[in-house]
Amino acid sequence: MSTRPPRQKRSDPAVRLTTAPPFDVDALLDDRDVRIIVCCGSGGVGKTTTAAALALRAADRGRRAVVLTIDPARRLAQSLGLTELDNDPRVVHDVVDPAQGGRLEAMMLDMKRTFDEFVEAHSDAARAEQILANPFYQTLSSSFAGTQEYMAMEKLGQLYRRSSAADTWDLIVVDTPPSRSALDFLDAPQRLGKFLDSRLMRVLAAPAKSGGKVAMRFLTAGLGVFTGALKRVLGSSLLDDLATFVSVFDTVFGGFQARAEQTYSLLQEPVTRFVVVAAPEADALREAAYFVDRLANDDMPLAGLVLNRVQPNPVPDLSAQSALAAAERVAATDAVTAGLLQLHADVARTRQRQAHLAERFTAAHPRVGIAEVPTQAGDVHDALGLRAVGRGLAGDPT
Amino acid sequence: MRAAPAPATLTTARADCGSADYAENMAGEQSHFGGVRLHVVSGKGGTGKTTVASALALALAGGGRKVLLVEVEARQGLARVFDTGPLPYDEVKIASAPAKGEVFALAIDPEAALLDYLDMFYNLGRAGSALKKMGAVDFATTVAPGLRDVLLTGKTCEAVRRVTGGKSTYDAVVMDAPPTGRITQFLNVNSEVAGLARVGPIKNQADSVMRVIRSAHTAVHLVTLLEEMPVQETIDGVLDLRDASLPVGGVIVNQTQPPELPEQALSRARIGKLTHSGVTAGLIAAGIDPNMAKKAAPGLTLEAQRHAERVELQKQERSRLSTLALPTAELPYLSDGVDLGGLYELAAGLKDQGFA
Repeated sequence: MSTRPPRQKRSDPAVRLTTAPPFDVDALLDDRDVRIIVCCGSGGVGKTTTAAALALRAADRGRRAVVLTIDPARRLAQSLGLTELDNDPRVVHDVVDPAQGGRLEAMMLDMKRTFDEFVEAHSDAARAEQILANPFYQTLSSSFAGTQEYMAMEKLGQLYRRSSAADTWDLIVVDTPPSRSALDFLDAPQRLGKFLDSRLMRVLAAPAKSGGKVAMRFLTAGLGVFTGALKRVLGSSLLDDLATFVSVFDTVFGGFQARAEQTYSLLQEPVTRFVVVAAPEADALREAAYFVDRLANDDMPLAGLVLNRVQPNPVPDLSAQSALAAAERVAATDAVTAGLLQLHADVARTRQRQAHLAERFTAAHPRVGIAEVPTQAGDVHDALGLRAVGRGLAGDPT
Repeated sequence: MRAAPAPATLTTARADCGSADYAENMAGEQSHFGGVRLHVVSGKGGTGKTTVASALALALAGGGRKVLLVEVEARQGLARVFDTGPLPYDEVKIASAPAKGEVFALAIDPEAALLDYLDMFYNLGRAGSALKKMGAVDFATTVAPGLRDVLLTGKTCEAVRRVTGGKSTYDAVVMDAPPTGRITQFLNVNSEVAGLARVGPIKNQADSVMRVIRSAHTAVHLVTLLEEMPVQETIDGVLDLRDASLPVGGVIVNQTQPPELPEQALSRARIGKLTHSGVTAGLIAAGIDPNMAKKAAPGLTLEAQRHAERVELQKQERSRLSTLALPTAELPYLSDGVDLGGLYELAAGLKDQGFA
């Protein structure tokens, strides 16, 4: 159910793929109470490009925006002035017209560095050094499932806290890590937090705390069979590394867990909006639907769905069937006309399939506004391209 | 082992099912990957890696072979591709291929695989459930560094090596693997684990899995689209795999759009030189109503221009891929989506291009 009448250019069936209410992207970007926009979606749907295009359009409209990207394509990163991971926002020069008062900054997440800085900020120098040198920590911080999500959220929290200071940002646009499931962004940090605080970790931490009598203590506690098994499976050196890690990391645990919860609750604040990104493909829309349901369950505010790669059909009145029949008639005599008709049949069929998939999503989620972005012939890798995507997002024909 | 001399295989197949099989087997002999038993299919997210892995399994199963298709990311993608209900943690037949070929599917559940493993190697009994209660299973499969990947690669290699009645249970195993960004780390996890767990049965197991993965019986294929980012990721991925001494197989280019127009018309379309009047006349000659033809001409010209741009981009990306000098197959974009019929079409494409 739409709360405002859709603009004519959007409700024209030749232009709109879906019957969903339009998602008014400009209204979102112009809402000064919105300070955080989180772009979520499954891998390969154009999340990073969408995040960058939203931030640029916001800056063009006078916001002081920062975009936090996770894993941008090389040329897109270059166009944002991101030539290396430096883990701190940098102003993107010569892109935004300063007359509107807007500014664009960008950064690329360095997961390991964010984790290292987190450890350093939460323990004294000696402990920090011990943690950073631990082999278990090194694996955890560089290749753990969930670490990237945790650190993306941690960085978001940091940026938000800094944004209350003068001359920083009034809008943070976040791209989320490329996981198979969009839900990972919400779940991974808590999973990691829970694990670090788990009973198992307590037990594993015990050896380093109580010296050499551990085995005896476990036996009397009836747990010998457990640690025995674990030792045989993992090898005792791994267990020792883990135990040292846990006991030293203990000081950080409080901060670690509290921080995860704090950032998670930030996602429920009225300053935050979620933008779910999808492509008109079955898998991507299924993920988007899961995510929309989850946001509703967790009282997290959804702004709308961005549907990338929508196939435009400039001749909706000529059906695929008529085009194919006509193509067949001149297949032997006029290769150009036959080709044009075949091409149009492909376009019409793709569009039809996309409309069908999008309609299924809308049937289940009738109130979710959708912004449609037409498919681009090439990749987007400069400000000009990002601006074009931004116009597509906003349904702005100029 | 499938070491049976080729002529014998041919005779049997012929006696069974007629001459169609002769061609099947001959094509098999010409495959780029004749000796490969484990096909690992990776690719950037959104490139259709699950679809391609499924089509490859179907292609390999042609000619009466038995193939196992393994899913490691617990998302029931195979069930969707083959349009069946959720797959259990078990090897179930999911499709048939020409001449009694069979494709089995296995969706590996890391938790169940861990308990399997522990049982197999340590005969844990009661300790197994103690481990589960303690959260150790959760620990190992969701957060312990790489252990999850150890289980997934381990289970897959076990299927590759399994023998029934004196010969390999499966002629080939195809893995729908994690995406390109993670594939090297995933396949290499066992060497990392061997480093972390410096002694013990886990280390021995890790070493033996690495021997299979690094052998000439394994090939890692990368699926890509003819677009800048997936191609870049493919090129980077191949370099990473080579650096890690992992056996690179081929590149499978998915969703290509073949040129629909003659070369000359394409270049004219690209620079906007197809005239509306010319297009209109052509449409009328093809039997389209004159009013419709006139109305459709600008739109069709626009479609042609976009198509020509796309063909040109594809050409550029194709030439970037060719620098890798790897066996390459191209699969067409199916504008109706990939249903079961489409899957067999893609399988035939892979076979024709020497991937099976």
